[in-house]
Amino acid sequence: MTSNRVFFNTSSRKARCARRFLQSLLRIRQRRPGSLSSEEVRQRSRRIKMAAYSSMACTVGSRRAWSRAIIFRLQSRAGRHGRMRRRCLGVKKKPSREMSQADRLRDLVPGGEALDFCNLLEETAHYIKCLSSQVEIMKSIADIYCRS
Amino acid sequence: MSSRRSRSRQPGVSRISDDQIADLVSKLQQLIPEIRNRRSDKVSASKVLQETCNYIRNLHREVDDLSDRLSALLASTDTDSDQAAIIRSLLM
Repeated sequence: MTSNRVFFNTSSRKARCARRFLQSLLRIRQRRPGSLSSEEVRQRSRRIKMAAYSSMACTVGSRRAWSRAIIFRLQSRAGRHGRMRRRCLGVKKKPSREMSQADRLRDLVPGGEALDFCNLLEETAHYIKCLSSQVEIMKSIADIYCRS
Repeated sequence: MSSRRSRSRQPGVSRISDDQIADLVSKLQQLIPEIRNRRSDKVSASKVLQETCNYIRNLHREVDDLSDRLSALLASTDTDSDQAAIIRSLLM
């Protein structure tokens, strides 16, 4: 029997995340409807990317170091009206030979710099789950938009 | 400390047991498609960490690409009635 009320943990979190992301997406479209210049398309792409990380982090809330780190970075960026920098979403350090694997991981996982190795691994596992879930959501939406 | 930089298995903090770490590493192992599909029991912790980093970088890149794709697609779709249909299909 199919029921709308059957929510497993994961699909419920995923559904909430999807809904949040979708709402952001529609808000972004409404800001400037119609066709855009290629620069505006690029700018909108950056906004969409931010919305992706934002909805991912806000759905998890403050329960995780990585989600707290993302929320903090997005909030402090919003205050400065700065241009989007890749560094803000946890990507930028030049990899050097002296860096250990753990340090490389700390660079990639938001909030990782402050974590000891054990907590880093736990955060990484959760981060990977949520990130791949977010990618699936974005793929589904893109496919649906492609079809319609 | 130099132990952080060495390639040995020892973590920098002594109060975390090796078992705990091995446990977490194997948990991570299950999440990474690269390693999971190979079905090998002999994956070293270092390899798991390396593949984890690669996997995360790939996911970041996928988010970037999908953002570009969605940005291009948003221009061409102009009905808001999609929303209910999208959510319904995402929930399945």
